[in-house]
This record gives sequence, C-alpha cells and structure tokens, in this order.
Amino acid sequence: MSALSITTVPQTASDEASLSAQAKARMKRHKQLVMIGQGAIFLFIVVGWQVSALTGFIDPFFFGSPWGICVRLYTWALNGTAYGSFWLQIWVTLEESILGFIVGVTSGVFFGVLLGEVPYLAEIIGPYIKIVNALPRIVLGSIFVMWLGLGLPSKVLLAAVLVFFVVFFNAFQGVRSVDRNLISNARILGASRLQVVRHVVFPSAMTWIIASLHVALGFSIIGAIVGEFLGSQRGLGLVIATAQNTFDANGVFGAMLVIGGLALSAEWVMSKVEKRLLAWQPSNTRDGNFQGT
Amino acid sequence: MTPRADGLGGVELTNVTKRFVTPTGAAMTAIRDVNLVVEPGQFCAVVGPTGCGKSTTLTLAAGLEMPSAGTVRVSGKPVEGITKGASFVFQADALLPWKPVVDNVALGPLFKGVPKKEAAARAMDWLQTVGLAGFEHHYPHQLSGGMRKRVSLAAALINDPSILLMDEPFSALDVQTRAIMSNELLTLWDRQRPSVIFVTHDLEEAVFLADKVVVITAGPGTVKAVFDIDLPRPRGALQDIRFDKRFLELYQQIWGALREEVEQTYSRSAIAAKAKGGPA
Repeated sequence: MSALSITTVPQTASDEASLSAQAKARMKRHKQLVMIGQGAIFLFIVVGWQVSALTGFIDPFFFGSPWGICVRLYTWALNGTAYGSFWLQIWVTLEESILGFIVGVTSGVFFGVLLGEVPYLAEIIGPYIKIVNALPRIVLGSIFVMWLGLGLPSKVLLAAVLVFFVVFFNAFQGVRSVDRNLISNARILGASRLQVVRHVVFPSAMTWIIASLHVALGFSIIGAIVGEFLGSQRGLGLVIATAQNTFDANGVFGAMLVIGGLALSAEWVMSKVEKRLLAWQPSNTRDGNFQGT
Repeated sequence: MTPRADGLGGVELTNVTKRFVTPTGAAMTAIRDVNLVVEPGQFCAVVGPTGCGKSTTLTLAAGLEMPSAGTVRVSGKPVEGITKGASFVFQADALLPWKPVVDNVALGPLFKGVPKKEAAARAMDWLQTVGLAGFEHHYPHQLSGGMRKRVSLAAALINDPSILLMDEPFSALDVQTRAIMSNELLTLWDRQRPSVIFVTHDLEEAVFLADKVVVITAGPGTVKAVFDIDLPRPRGALQDIRFDKRFLELYQQIWGALREEVEQTYSRSAIAAKAKGGPA
C-alpha cells in the first residue's frame, strides 16, 4: 500500500528519488531471477547428462559425457592432435572464417550497391543470381576443394560464397529502399552521382547491411568448417571428422563446444561494432535489431 | 519588392504540361498548360486541392523532372537538368539521420567543393542564425519537429539559393510551432531575397507569407487565378495580422476561387470510393 501512495502522490523531490530507487531495486531483482533461472537450466542439463552417463541410462560411447568432454579438451590442449597443436587447428579455422567473411562482405556490398544503383544491370543479372542462390551452396565446397586443393583458399572461397549472398541481397534491398527525397535533396544541393552514393545511398543501406552481418558471421564459420570436412589437412572441421571416424563422441562434442565459443565471441565483437556504426540511431530501434549480449 | 543584388532568381513556366507514365504503362497528366511567373525576389504561394500537381511544379522548377511540353526558365535560362542555385525544402525533413546536425547543414558547400573545415564553419554560423547554437552535434532524431525544420532551412539557405522551393514545409508541425516558423521564414527570406515558390494547403499561411498567391484547379492542374497580396511588409506576427481587415478580405477572395476546386476534388474521390464499394 505504501508503494501505491507514493506513486499516486509524488509531492516532493525525495518522493521521486525513492520511487526511482524502488524501480531500480525491482529491475535488479528481476535480472537476478533471470540469471538464476538460466543457471538452473545449465546445471540441470550438465548434471543430468553426467548422471545419466554414469548410471548407464545413456550410453557414454555414443553420447559422451560432460566430464569426458572436459578430459578430451584438456588432453587436446596439452598434447595436441595428430596434425599439430589444438591451438593451431583453432587458429586455422578462425583465419579461414575471417578471410571468408571479409571477402564475402566486401564483394556482397560492392555488387549489392552496384546492382541497386544500376537497375538495368540488376534486371539482366538478377535471374542468374537467383539461380545460383537456389543451389545448395555447400556442395560448391567439393568443387572448390578440387580446384584449389586442400589448403586455405578453398575454405575461404566457400565461406565467402556463403557470406556473399546474405550480404548481397541485404545491400541490394537497402539501396533500393533509400528515401527518394534524400537523394533528390542531395542532387539539388549539387551532389554528383558518386557523392550521392557515398553520402546518402551507402550509409542508408548500411542499416540493412549491418543487419545481415550477424547471419553472415555464422555462415563464414559454417563455410570454413564444412570446407575442412570436405577435405583438409588442418582445422576444427578436420578435428570433428577425425573424431567421427574413430567414434569419439567426446571429441565431436568438444570441438563443437570450441566452435560455439568462437561463434559467441565473434558475435560479441560484432555487436560492439554494430553499436558503434549505428550510434546515430534512436536507441529503441537499435535494441529491436538484436536482442541479447 | 527588393530583388537580389546579383539579379538572379525568378521562375517562369510557359504553357507547361507534365505527363507521367505509371509503371503499368498508363499515362497520366499531372499539370496542363501552366503559366506562372515568379519575379526575382518574389514570394509566391501555390494553393490547390490535393493531387492537383502543386508538387510537380516544384520538381519541374528544380530540374528533377523535365516538362512534357512548354518551357521552364529559372533566372532567365531554360532548365536542363538540376537547376543551379535552387534549394528545396521537403514536407518530411530531408536530413540524413546518420549525420549530426552540423554535418547535415554543411552538405551543400561540401558538394560544391568547399573544404570540409570551412563548410563546417559556415554550417555553424547558419545554425546560430536559425537559433540552434549548441545543438551542432545532436542527431536529427534527438531534435523536435520545429528544430529539425530549422536545420532543413539552414541546410537549404547555406548555398545562398536564388530560388527556394518549398513543398508544404510546415504541414507536419503543430499550430504554434508553425506560426513561429512562418515568422522566421520571412526574416530569413528577407536576408537573401531568393524567389520562393511555397506550396501549401493552408490558405492563411499562404496569405501571410506571400506577395502573390496562385490558385491551381483540381487535377490535372492549371492556374485558375492569381492574387497579389498587397499587405505591407514587415507584416508582424501571424497571430496579429490574421484579424486585419485587408487580410480577411484577401482570404475570402482566394477561398472563393479555391473552394470550387476543393469541392470538386472531394466529390470525385467520394465517387471513386463508392465505385470501389467503400464508404462514401
């Protein structure tokens, strides 16, 4: 009741202060409750898994166990794998993903903006892009391994192709949806065509492009790993493939865990970059773009 | 009426017709046989019913579109491509949301090749002029509608335009802000004396601002009547002059001409709505 009387009769500054203090305490409590819930689920899964494996409810040979995964990761970290240190495998995959990401994003943005700006070109090339996009692009990896061999280039190319289409379509759509008034205004103020692209079209499409980068990031990692699966001498994809061939369930899960960790940290970096690039947006639309950490 | 020192400005439309082709290939006439003269340094308001082609007149004067027939001249020269010395103020603010206010205002000089530093310095001066000193580094979305309009005005006037084209610039503002902005527009206009074509739905605003009010017919639009507004300048505040006897007289006269057109447009849209089966 006392809380109610404060909200209805805020007479002095101290009343407002206590109201805000209460609200802050409520928010803090809420946050804690959410974290407790999340922790509980994590514990339930890990403990449940471990206990089931120990009691023989599930077969640890096929399903592994949390403890087994830890041991496997520890020995990898300590003794390395059959094809070099574990850190090297992580670095190789990371390198392929990052290069693929950069190549895919750059080319996607370039062609997206180009085709968005030149409708004639878009009409001619449009159907072909749709055809290539309809292919399950993962199978291109086989061709790339045949063309470029087992090394880094074939993985980079596969990751880049996966990334390209996501970014391309968003950049294209972004360019197409630029406010016509902004363009007219820039032209009347004396902007050349290039200046219009640089100052109006590109930054305007940037919102769309950035929205695609989260998905693109995931795709670049998928591309690198699938590429390694299809044929390679190093990388986390190879680690998983080897573990699979030796029926090492803990090994598969362990490598998955590492990949998940990579993806999460890449995502974290990405959201920092996004926040910076989109600093001009009103905060409510920015929060809507991406939820979570 | 005091024209500019450089004698530039002035818009002349002679027998101008503009037809558009819709994406499905159908042709549509926006304006037909429009004759309109705006002297250098003159403030001309254009009123007319919805969809009569008022905005088309502006895009023709700006050189964004070419007339289907007739000629458009600005500062005595026929318009071919984007008109030199023109500035446009849109109904929605044409500000770049990702640039701070000062960079938005600096765009005009920047596009014309003025070095970045100097362009920014000039933009700062203009922000001072429109009363926005201290807001240089805010983004447009952080400002109120009236403040954004001031930024748009500064961005339009920084190039010292000889013609200023305004497409219902204040229609999104609330009534009080609107009155204030009208007063300020007159002050700013008096500094540079560009020829102004000011499209509006608001007859009171038109009479208060303009030297000359042009009434356009229901679409396809053509000039129905031209009224000279002989109210002496400076006219003071809109809130004071609106009850002036001569002001009301002019208002009544122009409304007499405008009324038929508005009613015709309304009955047309009602018929169209009925034909579609919607409520009339």
